Amino acid sequence: MATNLRRFKRFGSIFTNHSNHLRRLSSSPASAGVLASADGQILQQGKSINLYTAINQALHIALDSDPRSYIFGEDVGFGGVFRCTTGLADEFGKHRVFNTPLCEQGIVGFAIGLAAMGNRAIAEIQFADYIFPAFDQIVNEAAKFRYRSGNEFNCGGLTIRAPYGAVGHGALYHSQSPEAFFCHVPGLKVVIPRSPKEAKGLLLASIRDPNPVVFFEPKGLYRLAVEEVPEGDYTLPLSEAEVIREGSDITLVGWGAQLTTMEQACVDAEKEGISCELIDLRTLLPWDKETVEASVRKTGRLLISHEAPVTGGFGAEISASIVERCFLRLEAPVARVCGLDTPFPHVFEPFYMPTKNKILDAIKETVNF
Amino acid sequence: MALWLAGTRGATYYTKTLMSNTFRSLRTRATAIASKDEGSFTKRQILSNRFVSRRFGSSVAGQQSDLFSSDDDEEKIQALDFPGGRVPYTLEMRFLPGSSDKRVECYRVLDDDGYPLSSAPSQHIDKEVAVKMYSGMVTLEAMDTVIYEAQRQGRISFYMTSFGEEAVNLGSAAALSPDDVVLPQYREPGVMLWRGFQLQEFVDQFFGNKNDLGKGRQMPTHYGSNKHNVLTVSAPLATQLPQAVGAAYSLKMQNKDACVVTYFGDGCSSEGDFHASLNFAAVLEVPIVYICRNNGWAISTPVTEQFRSDGIVVKGQAYGIPSIRVDGNDILAVYNAVVAAREMAISEQRPVLIEALTYRVGHHSTSDDSTKYRPLEEIEHWKTSRNPVSIFRKWVQRKGWWSDQQESEFRATIRKQVIHAVQVAEKTQKAPIETMFSDVYEKVPSNLMEQEKLLKETIKRYPQDFPKDVPIGM
Repeated sequence: MATNLRRFKRFGSIFTNHSNHLRRLSSSPASAGVLASADGQILQQGKSINLYTAINQALHIALDSDPRSYIFGEDVGFGGVFRCTTGLADEFGKHRVFNTPLCEQGIVGFAIGLAAMGNRAIAEIQFADYIFPAFDQIVNEAAKFRYRSGNEFNCGGLTIRAPYGAVGHGALYHSQSPEAFFCHVPGLKVVIPRSPKEAKGLLLASIRDPNPVVFFEPKGLYRLAVEEVPEGDYTLPLSEAEVIREGSDITLVGWGAQLTTMEQACVDAEKEGISCELIDLRTLLPWDKETVEASVRKTGRLLISHEAPVTGGFGAEISASIVERCFLRLEAPVARVCGLDTPFPHVFEPFYMPTKNKILDAIKETVNF
Repeated sequence: MALWLAGTRGATYYTKTLMSNTFRSLRTRATAIASKDEGSFTKRQILSNRFVSRRFGSSVAGQQSDLFSSDDDEEKIQALDFPGGRVPYTLEMRFLPGSSDKRVECYRVLDDDGYPLSSAPSQHIDKEVAVKMYSGMVTLEAMDTVIYEAQRQGRISFYMTSFGEEAVNLGSAAALSPDDVVLPQYREPGVMLWRGFQLQEFVDQFFGNKNDLGKGRQMPTHYGSNKHNVLTVSAPLATQLPQAVGAAYSLKMQNKDACVVTYFGDGCSSEGDFHASLNFAAVLEVPIVYICRNNGWAISTPVTEQFRSDGIVVKGQAYGIPSIRVDGNDILAVYNAVVAAREMAISEQRPVLIEALTYRVGHHSTSDDSTKYRPLEEIEHWKTSRNPVSIFRKWVQRKGWWSDQQESEFRATIRKQVIHAVQVAEKTQKAPIETMFSDVYEKVPSNLMEQEKLLKETIKRYPQDFPKDVPIGM
C-alpha cells in the first residue's frame, strides 16, 4: 500500500497543472452565502485549501469539539496514506487517533462497538476498493443496529470514510466507485462530496448525524481541487441535493468527482445553445428526490452520470424514480453516461470513463430526441 | 509451551548455507521465545550461529534479551534486530509442529457427582449466590422446556434451547458485575436471567408482541436489553466479536471498572471476525473476556470438521491472549475462571480467553433434528452423567442449601410462571404497523413515509391479505 501512496502523490503533483478548470467544481457562490456555522453564524470565506486539507480540518474540529470522538484505521497514526489525518495523533494523542491492524472487517466491527457505547467512531478504510471485507459489518450490523434492537442500542456515531474513484492509473483495485452497493441498504446514509468546502461541511454533518454514514471521498480531487474553505466549524445538510448550475433544457445529476466532467460538458453544450441544469446529489441515501423531480419538471429531460458501471448503478435508481414521477413531462428517454460494465481497467481507463464528450453527445441526443 | 517442546525433539540440522531459510526459522524461534521456554534454548546453539543480519535498523530490545550473555557484540552476532524485538538465530532448520502431542488440559473443580476434586482454594461462593446460580439453571431449563413445546404446538415460529449449557450461562453471569457489557451470541439467555430480565420479557420477545423490546422485528431468541447491559443478539455469527473490542475500548477510555464479555461457539471461531477480534483486542489492549462455548457441534458440523487446532484455547495464545480451557459443565470451574479472567482483563487492561468444553444437548434450533447426524448415545451421555444442572444440584444439596422438596416445589412454580407468561404474551397485541418503519433511521425519512402511506392504502383495500393482530392506524 505504501508503494501506491507514493505513486498517488507523484501523480497528484502532476495533476495540479490542470487545476484551473477544476476550480469550477467548487461550491457555488449561492451556497456560500447561506453557509452557517454550528452556532448559527454566517461564516467568512477562509483560505484556499485542497480537499484533503479540508477533510483534515473537519477531522480536527470533530476531535476538538467532542472528547468522545476517535479516528482510526490502517496507517492513520502517521497521517494516513492520503495525509487526511496529518498531525491529529500529535495533537489529540495516540488513544484518540490510532493505527489498527490491517483488517477492514475488524476496523468496522470495532467502530460499531465503539459507537454503540455512545462515542463518535470515525473509521478510515484506506481505499473504497478494500471495503468489501467489512461489507457484512456495514450491511448486517451497522445498518440494522437500531432497528433490530428496537432502539435499545444504536451505532449512530459511526462514520466510515473511504477514498473512491478514478485517479488515472489506479486500475482494478484503486479506482472503484462502490456506492451503489451501500445505497441498497436501509439504515445507512451514503454521502459523497464534490469539493473541499463541501467535503468539510458534509463530513462534519456525517460525523454528527445520529445514523451510520458511509462517506466516500473523491481521491482524485484530494490535491487537485482547491477552493476557499471557511476555517471554522460548519455543517452542510444531508439528504439535500444542490443545484450548482441553473438551466432550462436538460437536468444533469451526478456526485463527487464526476461533477467536474459534467460541468465541462455543460459549458460546451452552452456554446451550442443548450442550457443545462446541473445537480449535485451530495447524499445518495436517503436521496433528495424532490429537488431532482422539480428540476426535471422544469427541463423535461434527465441525464445521470457516474463512474461506477452503468448496470445496477445508482443512476438506474434515479432514472426509475424520476420516470415514475415525471413520465408525462419527459420529452426524451433518461440518459445514463456511466462507467462501462467491465472491471476498472488500467491502460484502458480513458476508454472506460464517462468522459466529457460522451456526456456532451448524450446531452445533444436527449435534447434533439 | 507444549508446542515448542515437541519441536525441540526434531533432528538437529546444521548447515552453513542456511541463510536462505532465515526467515522461516526466525519465525519459528520467535514463537519459541513467545512461549518463554528458555530451557530449550541453549547457549551452545546460540554460539554456533555466526550469521549477522543488518537488514532492519530497529534497536528495540525484546523481552528475551536475558537469554543471552551480557556481551553486546556477541549478542549482535547471535540475533536479528527486527521490528517488534530481537530474534535469535539458529542453525537448526526446525518446523514448529502443527499440534502438540498433549492436549491443553481442562480445568475443573467438581467431579461428575458434584464432589470437589481438591481442597485447593477456590472462589468463595456463599449460599445466596449458589442458590441463585442453581435456581437460574433450573429456570433456564424450565423456560426451554415450555417454550420448545410451545413452538412445537405452532404458537411461536422458532426457538433455540440452551440445554446442556446451563453452567456456562449461569456460572459466567454470576462471576460478572452488572456494569460489565455483554455481547452475546444467542445461547446465553441465562446471563440475562441472572441480571433480572424477566421471564415475561423473554416470552414477549419470542412472540414479538408490542412489549417485546425488539418491537417484533427479530426472530425469537434475538433478545437484548440496554438496562441489563446486554447488546441485542444478531443472527450473523461472530459479528459481535470485533464490536466487543470497540465497546471495550470505550470502557478503557472512560477508565471504567468494568470489562466487556462476549460469547461465541466453536463454529464461530472459523469466521474471519473471530480472528479480527482477537488480534484487535490484543493489539489495542482492551479489557475483554472471551467466552467460547465449545459445545462440539455447529449445527451438524462436528469440531473435527471445523478445525485442526487443539480447540479454541490455543488460538487465544497464538494472538498473545492469556487463555484457559475449563469444564463448561462444571459451574464452579466456569465461575472461578471468569472471576479470574475478569480481574485480569480489568487490572491489566488486556483480553483473556476462556474455552468452555460443553455439549449442545438440544438440537441446534427447532428447525433442526440432531439425531440425523450424531449418535443418540452421545446425546444421552451428556444429558445424564455430564448434566451440568444435576452435577451442581448435588453440590448445593450436600452443602445443605437445597432440598428435594425445594427442588420439586421450585420446578413446579417456575413451570407455571413460564406457562402463564406464554398465555399473557399470546394475548398481547403486536406492535402497530408504524413500528415497521421507525428506527430504520433516527428519524423516518420521506421515502419511508411514502411507503407507509402506500402500504396502509393497500391494507385498506385488501385487509384479508394481512395478519389481524397487527394494529393498523389509519
